[in-house]
This record gives sequence, structure tokens and C-alpha cells, in this order.
Amino acid sequence: MLQIVFDALSLGSLYALGALGIALIFGVMRLVNFAHGDVIAFSIFALLWPSTDAMAIVFAGNLPWFLLIPFVLAVGAGLSVLCEIVVFRRFRNTNPATMMIASFALGFVIRYFLLMLYSSRPKSISLLPVLSQPVEILGARLPLLQLITIIVTIAILFGLVIFLRRTRFGLEMRAAAENFSMARMLGVRANRVIMGAFALSGALAGAIALIFGIQTGTADIQMGAAVMLMAFISTVIGGLGSLAGAVLAGFLLGAASVVMQVILPVDARPFRDAFVYGAVILVLLFRPQGLIAARGTKERV
Amino acid sequence: MSYLSAEDVSVAFAGLKALSSVNLKITPGHISGLIGPNGAGKTTLVNVLTGFQAPTSGAVTLDGKALTGLKPHQVRRRGIARTFQGGRLFRDLPVIDNLEVTGVGLGMSRRAAIAEAEAMLDWIGIAPLGNRLAGTLPYTDERRVAIGRALMGRPAYILLDEPAAGMSAPEAADLSDLVRRVAKSLGIGVLIIEHNVGLVLGLCDHIVVLDSGAVIEEGDPAAIRDSEKVRHAYMGTAADTVRANLEVMA
Repeated sequence: MLQIVFDALSLGSLYALGALGIALIFGVMRLVNFAHGDVIAFSIFALLWPSTDAMAIVFAGNLPWFLLIPFVLAVGAGLSVLCEIVVFRRFRNTNPATMMIASFALGFVIRYFLLMLYSSRPKSISLLPVLSQPVEILGARLPLLQLITIIVTIAILFGLVIFLRRTRFGLEMRAAAENFSMARMLGVRANRVIMGAFALSGALAGAIALIFGIQTGTADIQMGAAVMLMAFISTVIGGLGSLAGAVLAGFLLGAASVVMQVILPVDARPFRDAFVYGAVILVLLFRPQGLIAARGTKERV
Repeated sequence: MSYLSAEDVSVAFAGLKALSSVNLKITPGHISGLIGPNGAGKTTLVNVLTGFQAPTSGAVTLDGKALTGLKPHQVRRRGIARTFQGGRLFRDLPVIDNLEVTGVGLGMSRRAAIAEAEAMLDWIGIAPLGNRLAGTLPYTDERRVAIGRALMGRPAYILLDEPAAGMSAPEAADLSDLVRRVAKSLGIGVLIIEHNVGLVLGLCDHIVVLDSGAVIEEGDPAAIRDSEKVRHAYMGTAADTVRANLEVMA
């Protein structure tokens, strides 16, 4: 039983972090950033730098943890900010559909860049192997990583709340997320806020990359896409633009996946995702605006 | 003498004249009213004065210096603030944050912005509302917060776009008191757009009447009350409305 709870929480953590990365950017510029998953993939491959060999973890992966973590977060943030400067900034006043297509294209560019360098075969990496050891808590045996994932996610969420509530930048970001043009009229510095949102979102992508990398022990150019899909669904059922909604929906989705895995009859388990998506459709039928609707996205006269 | 003025301002939208050669001057400590039928160009004029709309011709000047070409936040930094129809607050943010972000946008430190926001809420008399989400406020309080937001950084001029719309008579009277205090004790120049002509007549030192984009009359409340032209402008629209309704029915 406890095992199920921890499974649900740790899977939900990943979805919640991913959803948060998407919701942050959607909030400030109404962009659904489909390149987010590829930023995750890129961050994990950064561990192989500067080698492109099939086997080796040459440089970055061998860093001690206190350098490794900031390194991966910085790679994610850096790439994300670069995406904004090179691509999204030029689409700022276009309609959301155009921006979304641009983000798809950008995602492909990043993915095929990785494909060219590293080929499509997943690479085996062993990162911080100590974290894969099991620990025993209240009678349940859990990988240490699962526990750390949950704790780190909760810490990140708290940190983000404090950042948004207590800092000047956070204040500007909340205002901009609700009504960008009004915030701009009041003198909030738009470029800084948007860059900050991309940096935060990218750092979150880096965090997911780390957790995923340690969990699976592989670096795969497709890995971002899998999280991205669930994260995107979380932001939609959470209410696009609502950060709290994205996190809540991420955890719910994680829980739904794990619970289905347990309660579905064995024969139906391969179709677990179909049941999860079915539940998503049900939620959207009853609450098309999402669980927590963001006011900023509502039409106002 | 310091002043904010619109000089020969004209605005045309795709050939349609929204404003034609409008002149208007507001001075610190005085309350000016801007009235006129729907579609007369009142909000357009406020948009021009605050940098939201570039005039097709003419200029906006502050103490004789042209403001034309400045963006809204640059105009705001020069001490010309405004409110919007319906308040347009950040509804998901607490009241205090609505004021604070305005202060920060004006270049204050966060600490200074919080201090001024608290003092402002207190001055308006809505200090207990500070931590409520702006979206949960009743109409009248929302308007007060909007005025508080516009007062952040102590602008020299404040332009209020229909601050009393939808208010009951006692609520409108409270609002009048607040506006009077803004002008008389803070020494801020006020321009108020309002459909409630009674409120404007009771509150303003000077009234400008717009109709179809042109100033048809201006003067003190007594002069406006007696003006044949003003009566005609208002009666005219009333008659038009009646006629239009009759046509629909037929």
C-alpha cells in the first residue's frame, strides 16, 4: 500500500515538474512550448559532453554531485533562454498557434541535433549509483531515489512559491502571467520577466533530466517526449496558465497511472495509458476550463 | 503653473474621426469632468493623454513639453496615471500586490513599494482588504483599489475612466469624496469621465462636453447645466435611441 503511494508521488513529481515548466512559460506569453521535452533530453545528454562515443561518460557525468546538479540545471536553463532569444522572441506578437508550431519545429531541431551527435540508440549512463539502493521506510522497500525525487520536488515547489511570493521578480512574474499587457503598461520589464520564466522552466527541465537519468540509467533522445506529453496533459487539466493547477494535475495524473497499474486486471494493464487518457477526457468534459482556471486566460470585456 | 494638455488632438480610425481638434487642459489640485454621449470619444481622449493611442495630429504636452511618442509606462513615470473602465486589476493577486507591482514598475525598491502600498490602502480607508484577492472584491472596493493603484508613486495627474459606473447613489457619493480628497489634499490634477452627470456636476471645477469627437461646450458646472447645446446633445441621442427602437419594432 505504502509502495503504491510512493510510486504515485514520485511519478506525479515528474509530471508536476514538467507541467510547471510548461505552465510558467504559458503564463507569461501564451506559448505552449512543445520544445520543453527536448530541452529535457538535451540536458541529460549534456552529461556525456564533450564525448559523442557510444559508451563513455567522459566529463560532466563524473562531476561530484554538488557540481553535477548545478551543471545540468544550468544547461537546461541556458538552452531554454537561448530558445527564447533566438526563436520565440521573434514570435512574441503572433498568435498562439503560430508560436506553438514554432515550438514544435524547434523541438525537432534540438532532437535531430542530438540524433546527429549521439545516434538514436539509448546510451547507458550510471549516475550517482548510490541513489539506486533501496531504503526501508515503514515496512516498504523503496529506492532511495524515489524518496529523494519526492523530497526534491516538494522542495522545488516550496522554493518556487517563496520565490513568486517574496521576491520582486516573482511579483512581476505573477502580474505578467495574469495580464501581460497590463503589467507592461505599469512598467514591469517584459523581457526580463520572460527570460526569467524561460530560465526557470529550463532549470526544471534539467531537474527532470537528472531524476530521469538516474532512474532509468539511460540517455535517450526520445525520453523528453514521453514526460512532455503527460506534462502537457497536466497543464491542460490543471487549467492552462495556472501553476497550482499544473502541479495538482501532475500529481493526480501520476496517481491515476499508478493506481490503474494496480487495480486493472492483468490483461488490461498494457492498455493502462488508454484508461488514464480516458479519465483525462472525463475530467475535461466536466471541467473544460481545467481544475483551477487561470483568470488571466479568461475573456474579459 | 504646471499643466497637462491636449492641443488640437485629432484621432482617426480608418477614416472615421474619433476626435477632431480637441483642446483640453488639466491642472494640479483641480477636478475636470469629461462628459458626453456614448461614442463621443471620451476614452479615446484619455488613451491619447496617457500614451495608449497616438494622435493622428496634434500633441499632448506636460508643462509645455511634448509627450507624443512615449509609451504608456513612460507617460506613467512622468506622473500621469489612469484607471480603466471596469478596474482591470490583477484579479489573481492580492490587493496589496496590485499596488506593489505598480510601485515596482515605477522603479521603486520592493520595500519602498510595499510601504507606500500599505500607506495608500490606509489613506483610502481599505487597509483591511490588503490581503484579499482582487478578484473577490465587490465592485465598489475594486474601483477604490484601481484608484489606489493609480495613485502609487504620487502622480501629478490622474485620469479616471468611469469610476462610478454601476454604483448606487451612496456608493457614488463615497467615491466623490475620495476623488475630492485626491485633488484637494494630495494636490493631484484629476480628469474624470463619468456617465453620471449629476455626480460630475457636483464634483468638478470645470467640465468639458464632447460629442462626436468634438468639444461642444466647456465651463463650470453652472454653465454646463444651463447650456442649450449640452441638453441638445444628450436629448439628441435619447431621441435617436427612441427612433432606432421604433424602427426595430416596425
